[in-house]
Amino acid sequence: MSGAHATQHPRLQHHFDNLDQQFEASALGMWLFLVTEILFFGGLFTAYMIYRLAYPQAFAEASHELDVVLGGVNTAVLISSSLTMAMAVWAAQMGKRSSQLLFLGLTILLGLAFLGVKAVEYAAKFEHHLVPGPDFRFEGARDPVHAQLFFSLYFVMTGLHALHMVIGIGLMAVLFVMAARGRFTKAYHTPVEVSGLYWHFVDIVWIFLFPLLYLIDRHGPVH
Amino acid sequence: MDTAATPHSNYLTDGYGLKSWLLTRDHKRIGLLYLLSVSAFFVLGAVFAGLIRLELMTPAGDLVESDVYNKIFTMHGVIMVFFFLIPAIPAVLGNFLLPIMIGAKDLAFPRLNLLSWYIYTVGGVFTLWALVNGGVDTGWTFYTPYSSAFSNSNVALVVVGIFINGFSSILTGLNFIVTVHKMRAPGMTWFRMPLFVWAHYATALIFVLGTPVIAITLVMVAAERLLHLGIFDPKLGGDPVLFQHLFWFYSHPAVYIMILPAMGVMSELVAAFSRKRIFGYEFVAFSSLAIAVVGFLVWGHHMFVSSQSVYAAMAFSLLSYLVAIPSAIKVFNWAATLFKGSISFEAPMIYVFGFIGLFLIGGLTGLFLAALAVDVHVTDTYFVVAHFHYIMVGGTIMMYLGGIHYWWPKIFGKLYHQGMARVSAVVIFIGFNLTFFPQFIVGYLGMPRRYHAYPPEFQLWNILSSAGAVILAIGYAMPTFYLIYSLVKGKPAPANPWGAKGLEWETSSPPPTHNFEAAPVVTEPPYNYAK
Amino acid sequence: MEPRGFSPGDDTKAAMTDHAAAAVNGEYMQEASHLVPIRVYLTIFSLLMVLTAVTVGVSFLDLGPLNTVVAIVIAVTKMMLVVLYFMHVRYSSRLTWAVVAGGFFWLALLLFMTLGDYLTRGPGWLRYG
Repeated sequence: MSGAHATQHPRLQHHFDNLDQQFEASALGMWLFLVTEILFFGGLFTAYMIYRLAYPQAFAEASHELDVVLGGVNTAVLISSSLTMAMAVWAAQMGKRSSQLLFLGLTILLGLAFLGVKAVEYAAKFEHHLVPGPDFRFEGARDPVHAQLFFSLYFVMTGLHALHMVIGIGLMAVLFVMAARGRFTKAYHTPVEVSGLYWHFVDIVWIFLFPLLYLIDRHGPVH
Repeated sequence: MDTAATPHSNYLTDGYGLKSWLLTRDHKRIGLLYLLSVSAFFVLGAVFAGLIRLELMTPAGDLVESDVYNKIFTMHGVIMVFFFLIPAIPAVLGNFLLPIMIGAKDLAFPRLNLLSWYIYTVGGVFTLWALVNGGVDTGWTFYTPYSSAFSNSNVALVVVGIFINGFSSILTGLNFIVTVHKMRAPGMTWFRMPLFVWAHYATALIFVLGTPVIAITLVMVAAERLLHLGIFDPKLGGDPVLFQHLFWFYSHPAVYIMILPAMGVMSELVAAFSRKRIFGYEFVAFSSLAIAVVGFLVWGHHMFVSSQSVYAAMAFSLLSYLVAIPSAIKVFNWAATLFKGSISFEAPMIYVFGFIGLFLIGGLTGLFLAALAVDVHVTDTYFVVAHFHYIMVGGTIMMYLGGIHYWWPKIFGKLYHQGMARVSAVVIFIGFNLTFFPQFIVGYLGMPRRYHAYPPEFQLWNILSSAGAVILAIGYAMPTFYLIYSLVKGKPAPANPWGAKGLEWETSSPPPTHNFEAAPVVTEPPYNYAK
Repeated sequence: MEPRGFSPGDDTKAAMTDHAAAAVNGEYMQEASHLVPIRVYLTIFSLLMVLTAVTVGVSFLDLGPLNTVVAIVIAVTKMMLVVLYFMHVRYSSRLTWAVVAGGFFWLALLLFMTLGDYLTRGPGWLRYG
């Protein structure tokens, strides 16, 4: 067993027996972490569900204050970034360095675009006094009191999501540097696959946030 | 076959100096880092317990003001639950033994394991900072809207500390699950694994599925305190009971995090000291999983008087009865193992007998509490306090100590003084019962919990309880002395001082850094004692 | 279930060394990860975009309570596409599948058991504020 040490793959950690075992362990580890993330966001979705059922009018009115176009654009941006992420994994599996850099770079850019749009949206909320707290004002609404619950959830849910995006972009940046150094080959590209899982998960959270926050009763009378 | 301690290097001698410990990736050294940390927090939590018992010796609230008392029992609860009971057995014994018991060289993610310990430490620092800054007075349960809107204490600091600590749990759980799935030695099938491993696997499931929910709940409380994002604020239409749902969704399974590893230790000790295979091994293994799963379905029994719907309460009551079944199955199986076993009364076995009696009482009083009509009367009284201390102290801490005593020779390669160990175990048992049995009585008579003053007719029971606490404290202090003494002057331990079955006993005491000189291949069933 | 990475049957140290030897010299393709054809990714991407447009469009129609149902169904569909194809679950082991399913099942427990309380409280629950 120890004789094989000298000629092992340099990325094989000593407590694993082969790269397959190491990859499977890493992937399973990331999947378990994503399960914790499901439950983590899940608490917020629970609060959202209860309050939306309790105060449907307030939630609808508050939802109309969100910009569907910006939200829709951001959804398209994230879906595109999932595509580029999947392509980055493909490039890693093929050992194609320049493709890895291209797709990781695109993923980072799309992620930054998402955050840029979010910053614009947040700025608008502050301007329109829709941030819960002493400054909150929701003129003309029929249920302004409970609308604050919507906005509290909006900020915590999208804020938490944005934080996860920042971490994801950070991960992508690290991967970019590693890819530039030629670290990802056909034999070893675990970090790309595993980070990809994380990235797709963050996309999935947004896939739910978008309709639940932006599209409540959009057919109804415009506030 | 090792008999005496070998001159080969072992994990303790493999590298000296602070850096070799603080930057270690060895699961065994990390287990010892945790041993130091959890012991320190235990002492701190015990100091708060001492203050509580001191105040309660007299009916009048004369030792401290009520708001100071609120801070004392809060810090006692927060420290004991989050920084001692939850990590103790899994992070100390689990980290050390799990890879060895399945024949692996380490956990799946050694660096994450070290990170877990650092995260735990950072969480602890935040909590200590909150303590030094004046403490928290909400109770360890942080009920809103008091915690989110009205308390003037350091709520945000403490919830941040607990939040950070939660990541430590999550990473440990993740590590355990992946290790059990992917790193078993050749021949180590699921049903050849020791029940200690099954118990920790089930615990790890709870870590992963439950901890995130309390994490987000504490985030929401912090958001309300720091950013005015009032998700639980009744003035905005928020529901404080929603906080309770989210809080207890984790915190009930958390009690199974505290007891399952103890049950895992129980199985190992019962088998070793009756020299017999665990009766109904598969039943015990599946019961661990059943407890983990069904344990997620009963959280509403903490909310019977909260204005939760009465139909939900009935459902939770019924489910709470169901969750008792797998625990009972385990107790029956341990008893059946002891029957006609070749029993010897070393210190670990005394803890075993202590556990059986105390866990039985604690578990059965849980059923009292699960009955809606009874709970309405005894909720928030000392009856509940006694119930959970029987399980957590009479159960978990008994097995923590039992496990420390059983595996001490393996971990440190030293033997401790058996006679003193047996005496301590008995002192602890006596002290424990004197402390907590009167609390059942006084709780049933109506003394509420979390009050620093009480009607004078309850004083006798409180004095008995405080006296018991002194004896208990002595009992806990004793092992500190003879165990540390053994490190300095103890006889070297052989590889298998108890003559027990299990892969950990087939390697030297202490084990080498990579756990085994030669990678094990498993061909025997577990607990393969000769008939 | 036998440990992964070892040959089935009687596992010996010799078998382990063979495996280790195969890892050497790049004979090793990381077999455990799947190479998905690019056109599959492009198809899924297109579906996701179309479904996004649909969900926005449908939200402007008045379907009563069905609006929420449709929105959630579409979101779940999009999620399944990402999980199965982008995250490779369609090509992964049963263990991975069980972990994913378990995570969502637990979320469902949290959501629906909590909802069970509120729905059975009687009329006018949450009359705060």
